[in-house]
Amino acid sequence: MTDLTTTYLGLALRSPLVASPSPLTGNLNDLVLLDEAGIGAVVLPSLFEEDVESEAMTFHDRFEDSSGLHPEALDYFPDVVLSHLGIDRHLRLLQEAVSILSIPVIASVNGRSAGGWVDYATRLADAGAGAIELNMYDVAAAPHRSASDVEQGYLTLVEAVRAAVGVPLSVKLSPYFSSFANFAGRVVDAGADGLVLFNRFYQPDLDLRTLDVTPTLDLSHTGEVRLPLRWIALLRPQLPQTSLALTSGVHLGTEIAKGLLAGADAVMSTAELLRRGPSRAGELIAELDSWMDAEGYASVEQLKGSVAQHTARDPGAFERAQYQQVLAAWTR
Amino acid sequence: MDGNEAAARVAHRVSDVCAIYPITPASPMGEHADAWSAEGRVNLWGEVPRVIAMQSEAGAAGALHGALQKGALATTFTASQGLLLMLPNMFKIAGELTPTVIHVAARTIATHALSIFGDHSDVMAARGTGWAMLCASSVQEAHDFALVSHAATLRTRVPFIHFFDGFRTSHELSKISALGDDDLRALVRAGDVLEHRARGLTPEHPVLRGSAQNPDVFFQAREAANPFYDAVPGEVGDVFDELAHRTGRQYRLVDYFGAPDAEHVIVIMGSGAGAVTEAVESANASGRKVGVAVIRLYRPFPSEALLDALPFTARRIAVLDRSKEPGAPADPLHLDVSLAITEGWHGQLPLVTGGRYGLASKEFTAAHALSILDDLAKPEPRRRFTVGIVDDVTWLSLPVDGASAPPLSAQQSVFFGLGSDGTVGANKASITIIGDRTDLWVQGYFVYDSKKSGSVTVSHLRFGPDPIRSTYLITGADFVACHQFALLRQMPVLDIARHGATVLLNSPHPIGEVWDNLPVEVQSQVIDKALDVWTIDASSIAREAGLGGRINTVMQACFFALAGVIPRDEAMSLIKESVSSTYARRGDAVVARNHAAIDRALEGLERLPVPLHARGSMPRGSMPRGSMPIGSMPRGSMHRMATIPSEAPDFVRDVTARMIAAQGDLLPVSALPVDGTFPTGTARWEKRGLAERIPVWDADLCIDCGKCAIVCPHAAIRMKAFPESALADAPAGFKTKAYGGKDLPAGSRLTVQVAPDDCTGCGICVDVCPARSKSDSSHKSIDMLPAADHSAAERPRFEYFLGLPEVDRSTVRLDTVKGSQLLQPLFEFSGACAGCGETPYLKLLTQQFGDRMIVANATGCSSIFGGNLPTTPWSVDGEGRGPAWSNSLFEDNAEFGLGLRIGADVQRAAARRLTSALAQRIGEPLAQSLLDDEPGPADEAGMVRQRGRIAELRERLSGDTDPDAITLMSLADALAPVSLWIVGGDGWAYDIGFGGLDHVLSSGHDVNVLVLDTEVYSNTGGQASKSTPRGAIAKFASIGKSGRKKDLGLLAQGYGDVYVAQIAVGANEMQTVRALREAAEYRGPSLVIAYSTCIAHGIEMSTSMGHQRQAVDSGYWPLYRFHPSPDPGAHPFALDSHRPSIPLHEFQSQETRFAALARLDPARAERLEALAQADIDERWHYYEQLAGVERSTITDSSPS
Repeated sequence: MTDLTTTYLGLALRSPLVASPSPLTGNLNDLVLLDEAGIGAVVLPSLFEEDVESEAMTFHDRFEDSSGLHPEALDYFPDVVLSHLGIDRHLRLLQEAVSILSIPVIASVNGRSAGGWVDYATRLADAGAGAIELNMYDVAAAPHRSASDVEQGYLTLVEAVRAAVGVPLSVKLSPYFSSFANFAGRVVDAGADGLVLFNRFYQPDLDLRTLDVTPTLDLSHTGEVRLPLRWIALLRPQLPQTSLALTSGVHLGTEIAKGLLAGADAVMSTAELLRRGPSRAGELIAELDSWMDAEGYASVEQLKGSVAQHTARDPGAFERAQYQQVLAAWTR
Repeated sequence: MDGNEAAARVAHRVSDVCAIYPITPASPMGEHADAWSAEGRVNLWGEVPRVIAMQSEAGAAGALHGALQKGALATTFTASQGLLLMLPNMFKIAGELTPTVIHVAARTIATHALSIFGDHSDVMAARGTGWAMLCASSVQEAHDFALVSHAATLRTRVPFIHFFDGFRTSHELSKISALGDDDLRALVRAGDVLEHRARGLTPEHPVLRGSAQNPDVFFQAREAANPFYDAVPGEVGDVFDELAHRTGRQYRLVDYFGAPDAEHVIVIMGSGAGAVTEAVESANASGRKVGVAVIRLYRPFPSEALLDALPFTARRIAVLDRSKEPGAPADPLHLDVSLAITEGWHGQLPLVTGGRYGLASKEFTAAHALSILDDLAKPEPRRRFTVGIVDDVTWLSLPVDGASAPPLSAQQSVFFGLGSDGTVGANKASITIIGDRTDLWVQGYFVYDSKKSGSVTVSHLRFGPDPIRSTYLITGADFVACHQFALLRQMPVLDIARHGATVLLNSPHPIGEVWDNLPVEVQSQVIDKALDVWTIDASSIAREAGLGGRINTVMQACFFALAGVIPRDEAMSLIKESVSSTYARRGDAVVARNHAAIDRALEGLERLPVPLHARGSMPRGSMPRGSMPIGSMPRGSMHRMATIPSEAPDFVRDVTARMIAAQGDLLPVSALPVDGTFPTGTARWEKRGLAERIPVWDADLCIDCGKCAIVCPHAAIRMKAFPESALADAPAGFKTKAYGGKDLPAGSRLTVQVAPDDCTGCGICVDVCPARSKSDSSHKSIDMLPAADHSAAERPRFEYFLGLPEVDRSTVRLDTVKGSQLLQPLFEFSGACAGCGETPYLKLLTQQFGDRMIVANATGCSSIFGGNLPTTPWSVDGEGRGPAWSNSLFEDNAEFGLGLRIGADVQRAAARRLTSALAQRIGEPLAQSLLDDEPGPADEAGMVRQRGRIAELRERLSGDTDPDAITLMSLADALAPVSLWIVGGDGWAYDIGFGGLDHVLSSGHDVNVLVLDTEVYSNTGGQASKSTPRGAIAKFASIGKSGRKKDLGLLAQGYGDVYVAQIAVGANEMQTVRALREAAEYRGPSLVIAYSTCIAHGIEMSTSMGHQRQAVDSGYWPLYRFHPSPDPGAHPFALDSHRPSIPLHEFQSQETRFAALARLDPARAERLEALAQADIDERWHYYEQLAGVERSTITDSSPS
């Protein structure tokens, strides 16, 4: 019998597969199905401070826009209490998930202001989150901000949240840093217990009919796993005490295995579960189980990091040399 | 709280059933009851009162009657026409000695005009019903008397009308002492409740109630109830005493205030008592002996109590009526008092005079009351008089000395703002703070103008150490705030400021530039009155705090800082507390941003320095309060805007202009039409200049599609095609392009032109414009650009545009979007909400049929933006022709329209008969062609021919003295067709007017019905109708409507011979044009249901056409036309929209009315949305089948 348990952010997981934020983890029924399918943990959809504010202000504007216009109609809506607005809705989901699921529930947050990050992280932790995932998401488009300004901004936020919450803290990062290995270490130094690699951004598309810019997020495909795989493998020896989670492009049980081999403590899936439903989690775990069984691995702990940079037969393969090999392969 | 809430707070707690229907100004009572029941608030007996919204007040009265007959405690709320609709049931309820209370916010009954404002004409119309009537004069009394009414009705079995003055009391904010449940329980005795319940119908103890009686017994039975009425005054007096015992507030059936030995007394009922009491106190203080008797119980009339209350010394008594009964020997209260005195006075009878005041909320002040007392003191007082107006026709009005107003102890503050900027909300919050946190008495009253877009609000706040009885507007303010700098140019804001008053301006200008941006007239007032002026750039602070244009909390903070009524720091904390409690239900961000704005508010508050000399430089530093530098005088060239251009017609200049300038109160009786008839085409003279940004046209990009013009709610962006030769004297920069169609002569030019001062800046035109620059996609053929940069240039261009020749209607394709938009709109510049979804349809109708159109308009939004003075958007063409418009009522519009149709048909038949009979005198060929070539209402060329023939007919009959010829001359116009349009909203068509509409549609007559379907009662503030969709929140459906929307079109199709179309101009302009033309051409009843986006949907109105597209794309609003045909095998039902292509959720999640439910009760929202999606799927499936159904109309070709 293969032992699939793992430890991520100090949380004991019954399997290394974690459902990363998506509409699936925002629905209580689906969360229960994921739990029943044997998932190790779930990360709830990010609580976006900007969304929360925008939602509240939009309702406020709509109510107020139509108020006080005419003596016959001093307003147009009943004076309802919107108790399920953004953060309330999110906190309620978190509390319900924590109470009915048998697995750790991780809350994700994306702030707009420094105060927002801390405030929201604190409220999520107070509401019972097993851990907090900081969903660092920023397109550094302002020309006056240098790379070091951007990095320092991130680090300051991590430090502030670390100081405010007691639960484990992970940071989900994009790969777009000049010296990622260096920055990852500084994030850990700032207080992160774990890193989640990598964030995927909405990318702008153009509607050729309306000529409008339309933000689009395509679901990942299998090949995308290679980028996080490289950095998990590279960071594993650098950050031996830090939890690492791989996310992006995990569609097969064997891809979970790859993530673990490279050094991940947990592997996250979004697109595959969204496409094929919560029960797919059970299939992925079964696929991992059978691969491990077939390869003679007794436990996930045994598997973890066994092909990281420091344990791979060719450590340089995770670095630039790999590029040359690919070129060579093409020209052969 | 206000008077409506004060009454409802009692009514809800002592009722099992509330039957409700919206009507201004009583709607908030029903809304409160509905909301409280929705949130589970219980009555005295632990039950949640059942609130049932009905289809009309007649329905509410029926439901009330039924609930009462079952032994339930039931109540309702209404006013004006609503009370009239209840009258039949009221006679029954009283005849059956059934205890209940109707709470009435007393409002004017429509006569020569509708008015939403307050007087007693409604309750006076109900005084024959046998209901007791108790009148409250203040908010506190509305609270107390609600209880007294409910207690007394149960004790006496006589039903009660509890009434108070609409708006003046119903909407006045006041500090009151609230009644607790124990108070209610003490007065509403359990035994009385049990007895009422025991009289309820039950098969366990069956009785028959409501029999038909013959002459032998009816009379006696009618008299049998007399003892119950005799007992009412005593019982009410007892309840008053019990209330006094518990609260210390002692009322009597008739209260008297003033000198015990008064010689002159005023008798009054309602809120005017406050003003009279002030006048009486002032007069007595100056040595006179006067008093006022305030009638509390009006029916049964308390003659004895009145005689007891009046001092025996009274020699002259003036009785004031707030209603008018034309033709009566005196108005109602005057008659009642006169009879009581005649029958019961001991000694020499005093002289009793009667006066009318305050109709439709006409101001009634202490100065008016003093003028009445002055008149009583004259040797020959007037026996009949009016007060508050200048009657130069029948000379009934008393002269009023405005300077005689008694001084008040209260601080008076007046705030000018716009409806959308939150000024009213802020002032309500301020009044609440002062009332709750100080020992001061407070009063808040809010005045709105009659426009729904850019409406100006004026808030009147009083607070002081003594109870405030000033039931009238402030005329001399200690503090004046102008929340919109532009208003200083538009209206006389500072007229109301007292000498030395503090003034607060929200100014976009730096402090050093404020003075030079003030109109000269304002500068003069600042100097002459030694005003202490402060400025703040609240708009910038609000914007920076993320609050957009909502400056309310910033201005509120400045008010408290300057008013000094509460220490500044404490006041700021209290404002924040108030914000927290008000906005917490809308999320932390709303609270946080307002708090941030409050924190920053006082940083920018600066005192305005007043310059020393006319053209001197600004002095350094500010001048001390109240001491203007010697020699100060106004400077600059900016003046207050002229109200009306000088070229306007006489009536507009002499009458309309005064109303626009808020000086309508000064118009004498002779200035007004005697029968409510006004000229049309007047909105064009009211240049409001509301828009901050206006559409500006780039001719090079335009593709002539006409979309911008067809969707414009205000006819403020227009399209015209004309020959190039017409451009000889075009102003600089007047833009044209080559006309793109082949229907006009080669070389024709086209212009798209904005009316810069009539545009509201809603932006819909730009949203729908499909033409973008190829090199810069952000640039369209029309872009919204700052009005400040473009209005001056566009103004002469628009004037020139208007003068260009209109297109020849017979040459353009009228059934196309582009063609229709080349036609002159005869509905323009309405005061509807910016972005209104109703007005584009009306405008389009007038472009198609305006010169041959009669409109019957149901009461509602369209009657208000269409017919609320001072101006009307219904207009005329160059020939002086245009829509003739009338509004009868809310409930009878279809029948009213049918009457107009029949009237027109009768005239046409007579004209044809006479044309035939007089054929020889007219000339056979002309007569024959008049009769045989009569065009349809949409036949342009035919109309031109027929009108030419009618002109010729007139010419030939001119001077003919034959009686038939004279008659034909008077009827000749009837030989040209009339396009009769019955217009109204869904509240009318689906609910209150449905019975009549159904009847009219079944009649076979050639009427066209246009339902402007906003899916909610828009005019009265968003109450649910039967058109409201499943899952939408609305008032009366505050937890989301559970039932599906009524399919009005399908019901009408049932008749088989009714043309029915469902349209949405934002989704398919072409189908809209086609459906309206088909409806007009169809020789029978037509029903067109038009999807109308509304501010009550909670959407960004600039994108409203996109919402219409989504409504259609999701299948929520299928487009179709049901065109009856006599052809065998005809397929009358044409489904014009495509199969749904997006889920309902995609449409609904963009609209607050649906999206709010998901934040209120997500599970319910999800369930209702699933049901609504199923509704759509099922209906689409059904409609698809209908499209394949063969059906032909059976017509009876024999003469009827």
